[in-house]
Amino acid sequence: MAARLLDVRDLRVEFRTRDGIAEAVGGVSYAVDAGRTLAVLGESGSGKSVTAQAVMGILDSPPGRVTGGQVLFRGRDLLTMGAEERRRIRGAALAMIFQDALSALNPVLPVGAQLAEMYEVHRGMSRRDARRRAVELMDRVRIPAAGQRAGDYPHQFSGGMRQRIMIAMAMALEPDLIIADEPTTALDVTVQAQVMELLAELRREYAMGLVLITHDLGVVADVADTIAVMYAGRIVETAPVRDLYRRPAHPYTRGLLDSVPRVDDRGERLYAIKGAPPSPLALPSGCPFHPRCPRAQEVCRVERPPLYEVTADAGADGRTSACHFWKEELHA
Amino acid sequence: MPEPFDPRYDMTEAIAPAGGRGGGGGGGGGVGGGPMDLPASGPQPLKGGPRRGPWRLALPWRGEPGRRSGGPAAPTGRGLWTDAWHDLRRNPVFVASALIIVFLVLIAIWPQLIASGNPYHGDLARAQDGPAPGHPFGYDLQGRDVYTRTVYGARASITVGICATLGAALLGSVLGGLAGYFGGWWDTLLSRIADVFFGIPILLGGLVFLSVVTSGSVWPVVGFIVLLGWPQISRIARGSVVTVKEHDYVQAARVLGASSGRTLLRHIAPNAVAPVIVVATIALGTYISLEATLSFLGVGLKPPTVSWGIDISSAATQIRNAPHMLLWPAGALSITVLAFIMLGDAVRDALDPKLR
Amino acid sequence: MPELMPEPMPEHMPEHMPEPDEPVLEVRDLAKLYPLTQGVVFKRRIGAVRAVDTVSFALRRGETLGIVGESGCGKSTVAKLLVSLERPTAGTIHYRGEDITRLSGRALRAVRRNIQMVFQDPYTSLNPRMTVGDIIGEPFEIHPEAAPKGNRRRAVRDLLDVVGLNPEHINRYPHQFSGGQRQRIGIARGLALRPEIIVADEPVSALDVSVQAQVVNLMETLQDEFDLSYVFIAHDLSVVRHISDRVAVMYLGRFAETGTGREIYDHPTHPYTQALLSAVPDPDPEPRARPTRILLTGDVPSPANPPSGCRFRTRCWKAQERCATEVPVLAVPTGLAGPAAHASACHFAEERAEVRA
Repeated sequence: MAARLLDVRDLRVEFRTRDGIAEAVGGVSYAVDAGRTLAVLGESGSGKSVTAQAVMGILDSPPGRVTGGQVLFRGRDLLTMGAEERRRIRGAALAMIFQDALSALNPVLPVGAQLAEMYEVHRGMSRRDARRRAVELMDRVRIPAAGQRAGDYPHQFSGGMRQRIMIAMAMALEPDLIIADEPTTALDVTVQAQVMELLAELRREYAMGLVLITHDLGVVADVADTIAVMYAGRIVETAPVRDLYRRPAHPYTRGLLDSVPRVDDRGERLYAIKGAPPSPLALPSGCPFHPRCPRAQEVCRVERPPLYEVTADAGADGRTSACHFWKEELHA
Repeated sequence: MPEPFDPRYDMTEAIAPAGGRGGGGGGGGGVGGGPMDLPASGPQPLKGGPRRGPWRLALPWRGEPGRRSGGPAAPTGRGLWTDAWHDLRRNPVFVASALIIVFLVLIAIWPQLIASGNPYHGDLARAQDGPAPGHPFGYDLQGRDVYTRTVYGARASITVGICATLGAALLGSVLGGLAGYFGGWWDTLLSRIADVFFGIPILLGGLVFLSVVTSGSVWPVVGFIVLLGWPQISRIARGSVVTVKEHDYVQAARVLGASSGRTLLRHIAPNAVAPVIVVATIALGTYISLEATLSFLGVGLKPPTVSWGIDISSAATQIRNAPHMLLWPAGALSITVLAFIMLGDAVRDALDPKLR
Repeated sequence: MPELMPEPMPEHMPEHMPEPDEPVLEVRDLAKLYPLTQGVVFKRRIGAVRAVDTVSFALRRGETLGIVGESGCGKSTVAKLLVSLERPTAGTIHYRGEDITRLSGRALRAVRRNIQMVFQDPYTSLNPRMTVGDIIGEPFEIHPEAAPKGNRRRAVRDLLDVVGLNPEHINRYPHQFSGGQRQRIGIARGLALRPEIIVADEPVSALDVSVQAQVVNLMETLQDEFDLSYVFIAHDLSVVRHISDRVAVMYLGRFAETGTGREIYDHPTHPYTQALLSAVPDPDPEPRARPTRILLTGDVPSPANPPSGCRFRTRCWKAQERCATEVPVLAVPTGLAGPAAHASACHFAEERAEVRA
């Protein structure tokens, strides 16, 4: 089998804090192929963003530190290669989109100039060509009157338009992989739909890999091929999107799905997962979810579940679940 | 502002006491504003009460949905002051400067502790002599012991520094705080007045003011420094209050019907004071050097008051034949000013982690 | 057994007890303009932001009115007006037959006891320098008549108990609690004075998914327990539907459509509501009977310079000449029947052709 586009293996990240070492990411593995979308789903503090930062090499360190694992990009480990080489790959083949576009753009430069700069620096284009390409790109992400707006500053754009510019920046060098960290969380529902649509379209068109990090089950359902659910710095379940929604194989996934009110029904009472996520400074023994789990048994307290291969009758392959009782959960 | 990591997070936090709760809660009691007693059985134990305490890392995870940034005094790990103290105790700069300052304050109060001589007693026969046994720093122009005078000089500097800082901080934070809270014309007026004071050149203002208001004491100097110093503090206090005022807990107090006084004292002041303290601490050092400058120019403190500025002034003319006369008071002044500025820096770092 | 208010409060007895179906809160033509000024010393008015424009509704006892809308639609301003944090430019808010927009001083404080608020951000809505006991006890200090001095501590413990927190934690500081727990503290503070109405401005949108459900459930339990009326403001359509009896959809300072949950969500007649609902990401990848997505073009216009006539016309695919000249009134459109017959501010109100299964 050819090397996958991005293959993260057993990645571990620690944070040194005043009160000890916090294991923010405790052995995360996921992979994404060209033209596919992997959604990493998790609540705040689940380690989903830290994983992405470690992959991109933009982890704040100190206090953060990658303590183990591999990040294979087209089969080559980003973590062991030299800083210069890594920067080159990051510039050309990897790109990232952040939640807060306003703080990710330079406030004192017109957006057209910021886009053109990418072409000037990385492609050695002349200023005029670069500027022309920048306007084309803005047009491509459907910014109305791109030619005129290229001279505007980031704060003159609305939230949705700014996020489009962020996407344009990420797309500029036609990367192989985009990591989008909560790209629509700060946007309104109607604008969110526009931006997600755009991202999906661009991914198809350029056959990029997309890692979509989000806490929103709804956003994920619409665009992802595969979902990796994270909890307390670990992946608890990976599955093709349909299978995961229809038949979750981990109690946490099921809890999340059940606790979201649906727009098309008014239930009497929401299911609520009891408690709150644990501190990475003091993870529970065994399965980190066991104190909140309705299915927890003695073995969950003692033994940390490995990522079991989930073999469903439906033939869903590549499914995994970190639950001792995944079979029971699957058939619940 | 990043979420802090909460270290004291308590793993054993229990849900609402389970068990013992009588049967169903039943319908609510008569609400309607009348006598409002809960039904005796109380509410049902709530399912899924939070079990675990908070935990968030002080890291830039961008995935925090819809989180707004806190102001300068947003809640941090264990409370601002505890956190700050925790940082400060481990900061060698703070420890060193604090030790120097404690020492300076002690000798300002009791110079006899380390200097047994009389700072006014001169022996003209020994004028400008170098160090001698029992007189390690030598003698000045009047044959007075430089060591004794340097020690006694601390009192003037420390008194002026502390009094001027207290005055400026008090005046500035009250005026600035009120301007920030109430806004409107008072705010506009105050800002313009502050601008006027900002525009006064310090030395020129000092020369004029202090040649009009003269007395043998430190108070005219203190008064002048307060007059020039308060606008800086009031700006900081105003900005800080404006930020804190927008916080939801202040709005919550208003919704409850809290008076302005209560809102200011209980909700705004405790959360807005940190930047004022930082600026005031740093200002203290500069005020001490300002006092010395004014005294050097002959308009600040006047003999017979013992002051480093005065001694530096009289030593300046003799720098060639008796450098020790200048060296010791100038050194003492530099160390003092430096100590306060370093202290202010350390306090700022501890109170405002954003600046790190 | 916990008892929230140990003492009856006869002096607080209202003169006028509403009938069960009579509205506790009646809002008429509420408007709020924020003047835009220029200049530092001499301020010159150069225009106004129409944050809220002729909003009317009634809130009945024990009922939840949900207000949904996107950012900048004015829903938070409505919340501030309801709890008297802001004074309206025009319109009235009648609480028990009394217009509270004209009250001040003691009379306003008395009304405040009955209309309380829960805030969005559990991280900034609690004073970090106060203990939980002081935060929840503050209402009693401001309204000493609400609880006798000796009983306050106990009342606070009872409140903690009621919202599902451990009463032993009364001396802790807010930062020692998680987001969901803090929101519970905020709710306890809002409950302390035993209000009739709680205005909740995005109370769960800052919380994690798994914790959101806990807080929503708590609010529902408390509503039954204390016979509360809620004005529940949120941008999350699903949460609003879950908790609300009636829903108002807001766009650029005005209500676009109001009705029961079923009317609004299953039979929307206003194009904006239809677009909004179709854009909600459905946490179910099954492409079953959901309407095709309507992708709105462009952004919400600035409230400082709103479009003439219908506010939504600049983004509306149905817009015609008439929409620019004539402001559509919020009323039941003629010609609609069944659940589609509910108030909708559109000249061309009708259900979408596609039928949901």
